[in-house]
Amino acid sequence: MKLPIYLDNNATTPMDPRVLEAMLPYFNEKFGNAASRNHPFGWVAEEGVDYAREQVAKLIGASEKEIIFTSGATESDNLAIKGVFEMYKEKGNHIITTVTEHKAVLDACKHVEKLGGKVTYLPVKEDGILDLEVLEKAMTNDTILVSVMYGNNEIGVIQPIKEISAIAHKYGALFMTDAVQAVGKIPVDVNKDGIDLLALSAHKIYGPKGVGALYVRRKGPRVKVTAQMDGGGHERGMRSGTLNVPGIVGLGKACELCGQEMESEAKRLSAMRDRLQTALTVLEESYVNGNVEHRLPHVANISFKYVEGEGLMMAMKDLAVSSGSACTSASLEPSYVLKSLGLSDDLAHSSIRFGLGRFTTDEEVDYAIEVTKKSVTHLRELSPLWEMFKEGIDLNSIEWAEH
Amino acid sequence: MAYSDKVIDHYTNPRNVGTLDKSSHKVGTGLVGAPECGDVMRLQIQVDDNNVITDAKFKTFGCGSAIASSSLATEWLKGKSIDDAMKIDNMDIVEELALPPVKIHCSVLAEDAIKAAINDFRVKNGLAPIESEKVHH
Repeated sequence: MKLPIYLDNNATTPMDPRVLEAMLPYFNEKFGNAASRNHPFGWVAEEGVDYAREQVAKLIGASEKEIIFTSGATESDNLAIKGVFEMYKEKGNHIITTVTEHKAVLDACKHVEKLGGKVTYLPVKEDGILDLEVLEKAMTNDTILVSVMYGNNEIGVIQPIKEISAIAHKYGALFMTDAVQAVGKIPVDVNKDGIDLLALSAHKIYGPKGVGALYVRRKGPRVKVTAQMDGGGHERGMRSGTLNVPGIVGLGKACELCGQEMESEAKRLSAMRDRLQTALTVLEESYVNGNVEHRLPHVANISFKYVEGEGLMMAMKDLAVSSGSACTSASLEPSYVLKSLGLSDDLAHSSIRFGLGRFTTDEEVDYAIEVTKKSVTHLRELSPLWEMFKEGIDLNSIEWAEH
Repeated sequence: MAYSDKVIDHYTNPRNVGTLDKSSHKVGTGLVGAPECGDVMRLQIQVDDNNVITDAKFKTFGCGSAIASSSLATEWLKGKSIDDAMKIDNMDIVEELALPPVKIHCSVLAEDAIKAAINDFRVKNGLAPIESEKVHH
């Protein structure tokens, strides 16, 4: 077993060697510009892109004509939200999203507000799931888009996408989903799920960084987005810029592999994740964040009360995980996702996200369990809050000097 | 962000972790920070009849830099008179531990904890608390 162990697969994933192998020829021998229509170099590159387009489309049940390649999910989210707003603003100016979305969606929505749009940021329930009644109440005749993520990046909670899209459509709005964490991990089908726009990324599914895609529905209804970048009119005029051929080929291969291995892989990962979670919640005062039933197979977000997340990560130095603690960012604010579940700040500060992946082994999970337990126990010995808790002092009764 | 060797050393081998009898009039206790903010420090000093700190203990809920700052503070406190202890400045801690700007608040908290512990001791022994001339927050 090699240390450190990578358990941060929601942040990014290592590239699968089979993906790398598929990409390599497109860096040198097949280097052509996919837009060069008049010579074999261009044709070969275009063939690679076309094949990748089919691979991506197949994974999400789409047609290859509905795939727009981008630089990643942040761009896809921006293109979808700003592009829909610009394209449909005559129809209405209202967009609905949730507070637990990725920053790429939230900030694109804020941009829309600056352009005169109205955005409703819906709260979620304590388990992280959107209340359908709350959504329905927020719908108006002016609502042109509902954007709700498929699976959450911090807690892994899966939203009831089918039901949400049905509500959006009932009111004549389009439905968009940031499916970065879900695609390739669980079955996603744009038709069964009623998705009109979908953002995905290669590097979360064992592909390369810097490439992603936006699915844009072509039939029932035909959806259009206004391009956010001006240029040569690539990608059906929706996204200009010379195609990143090696990256796109890698994304295609990554999608193909996920399609083939997803089912068995999801079983393997959820079994490992559950084992990790069961072993760690044996520790006193540890809590799993978010719904545990409707959850991606590879994520567990656990708060270890009375221990601060960054301090804990430092103790688990051979484990690469992530924390909702403020100390991991410069902002001093703990995770907005965890806070939106109604978690108190101290629990948000105490959270660790374990993200398993394709290359995670049982041996690594065993090691992670051991190290985490040892570290939590060690840091609690150092924690004045733990001592007070053990003495039966109610921490809420103390007047803390907030700084 | 990488931690300095000194932070790692104090974090890995924290000095003077523990609890002194807070009811003793020879012990001063400072509890600063807040759980909501992600760091709480408790620093305690044992003071002899000559106003010299003979022992210091801490417990900290917080990041590695917060733990290292409090560990370092207890090391510095031992053997100092309480007057000298009062002079410990957060920037001395920043320098010693090579804390990056985002972690300066950890050193501020340690300085606050020292002053709070000394003042607790002073009040217990019938002396007026010393107002800190520095305003950090």
